[in-house]
Amino acid sequence: MILSPRARLTLALTAAAATVALAVAVSCALGPQPVSLAAAFRGVDPDAAIVLGIRLPRAVVAALVGCALAAAGTALQALLRNALAEPFVLGVSGGAALGGSLVLAAAAGLGQVATGAGAVLGAAPPVALGAVGGAAAATLLVFALGRLGGRLVPEAALLVGVVFNAFAAGVITLLRLLLPPAQQSRLLYWLAGAVGYQPPGTIAAGGALILLSAGALVLLSARLNLLTLGDEEAASLGLDVRRARTVVFFAASTATGAAVALGGLVGFVGLIVPHLVRRLVGPDHRLLVPASALFGAAFLVLADALARLLFLPLGTEPPVGAVTAFLGGPFFLWLLRRSARPEAGGRA
Amino acid sequence: MVRVEGASFRYAKGAAPAVEEATLLAAPGEFVGLLGPNGAGKSTLVRLVAGLLAPGQGTVRLAGLDPARAPRRQVARACALVPQEPRLTWPFTVREAVMMGRAPRQGLLALPGPLDRGAVEGALQACDLVHLADRRLDALSGGERRRVFFARALAQEPRVLLFDEPTAFLDLGHQVAAMRMAQAAARGGLCVLAVLHDLNLAAAACDRLVVMARGRIVADGQPAQVLTAERVRAVWNVPVWRGENARGAPVVLPEI
Repeated sequence: MILSPRARLTLALTAAAATVALAVAVSCALGPQPVSLAAAFRGVDPDAAIVLGIRLPRAVVAALVGCALAAAGTALQALLRNALAEPFVLGVSGGAALGGSLVLAAAAGLGQVATGAGAVLGAAPPVALGAVGGAAAATLLVFALGRLGGRLVPEAALLVGVVFNAFAAGVITLLRLLLPPAQQSRLLYWLAGAVGYQPPGTIAAGGALILLSAGALVLLSARLNLLTLGDEEAASLGLDVRRARTVVFFAASTATGAAVALGGLVGFVGLIVPHLVRRLVGPDHRLLVPASALFGAAFLVLADALARLLFLPLGTEPPVGAVTAFLGGPFFLWLLRRSARPEAGGRA
Repeated sequence: MVRVEGASFRYAKGAAPAVEEATLLAAPGEFVGLLGPNGAGKSTLVRLVAGLLAPGQGTVRLAGLDPARAPRRQVARACALVPQEPRLTWPFTVREAVMMGRAPRQGLLALPGPLDRGAVEGALQACDLVHLADRRLDALSGGERRRVFFARALAQEPRVLLFDEPTAFLDLGHQVAAMRMAQAAARGGLCVLAVLHDLNLAAAACDRLVVMARGRIVADGQPAQVLTAERVRAVWNVPVWRGENARGAPVVLPEI
């Protein structure tokens, strides 16, 4: 409590980075085949092949997705001034899934006419672009329709997000019918929120987008502080509110779109992580955004490891999205009840 | 310092103007009280001066700037607005909140330098907040919270200080304290413009009173000249008894 802000920043970020490293190590050590991490890093097979070839890439994907969703969640909460805002609940993830699915369906259609062109369009980069575009479109929609009488009403925006999610799910179901059977199961697995085994090129592209947009959100964090005060106060403290909001909005959409492209629909990470981190480090976004991004990465890596561990006896792996939904659904309801209490003043 | 000439503003096309052909000058060192019934356009006029709204007709100048078009940072360095009751989505500490007044003078990450720290400590002292500096805003009383936002405005080091009802929801002691702080700011050379509802408090504290009714400025001058029984009856539609205190400031009491 008596720590200087700079010491607090260093301490929190060091702790968060250490947690990420620990989570990745745990995730690499866990699995049906017992391995030695030391042996793996000496290059001894089969340990090296399993850890470096399978488990580490999977942990990296989980870390990237968790980082993106937690950073985007923090930013969306500041934009909406509401602790219930989150990429999944707000329909931003749903928009990304819809965008990605549209590209996949278009690729399948194109493949009927020209096989080569269909394969190009169905490859990872166009699908990821579709996801980012879908995320941006959904965010625009939620923030436009959540405006009543010229004022952004958080509850209305959340409802728009919920309705849009249902709509997107319906459209995706229809699109799935257009795909060949092999693609159908791929789409289904992807949408369930599975951080599976991605080719290195896809991880690199998604990772670059996520690190860029999360980095942008860190640079925007002082503006996020002002945005939480409300438009008029932020403007009278020298913020160009419209421009700041637009930039934050694009960074959060890009992060979410890339996260969905890599890991499908993983919900509630952007809700749980910022809330817990805010309790730990306070409301200053200059600390909150980077700390949430790091703890989000650790959280999803551990959630994925937990999912694999629990289902190990069954010889199967549930998608991590199922784990986060299992934890996040009740958490959302608890936050909702709490923020509705008058003495909490909606600050949750 | 503040120059409003023939400014009009309506919130929607076809709606009645919220402010109509308002002309108002205010100089450095002057404490101007803005009075009028609810819906008279006082808050709208303050928002025009702050550049949060742009006039449909007429001009607004603030320290030589066109506040609605100049870069926000530049406007925020010239003019601070003390809000009525700020929302606390996630409560910062008192020191963090006051430090936000330095935002228009700081870089991208708002890292504080020695000038920023000095201004914040000075503002905390001026508002008697030093002992509360590390408390969270939601742990303060309404009166203390109001002082925090006043301190934030001082830390902004503006030339024009705007208040939207600085005394609303405060008890008498805190009301007087708020008026004294505004008065002290004016004595320190700031141009202070405050929306006020308590006519007697305004008459006792302000150098000048401006009365608005239905979007128009209907009186502007010394408190004793502006607050006549006839004008109060005409503008607020309330019969009043009018007297004077020992220092010659008008006192009005409604007849119920």
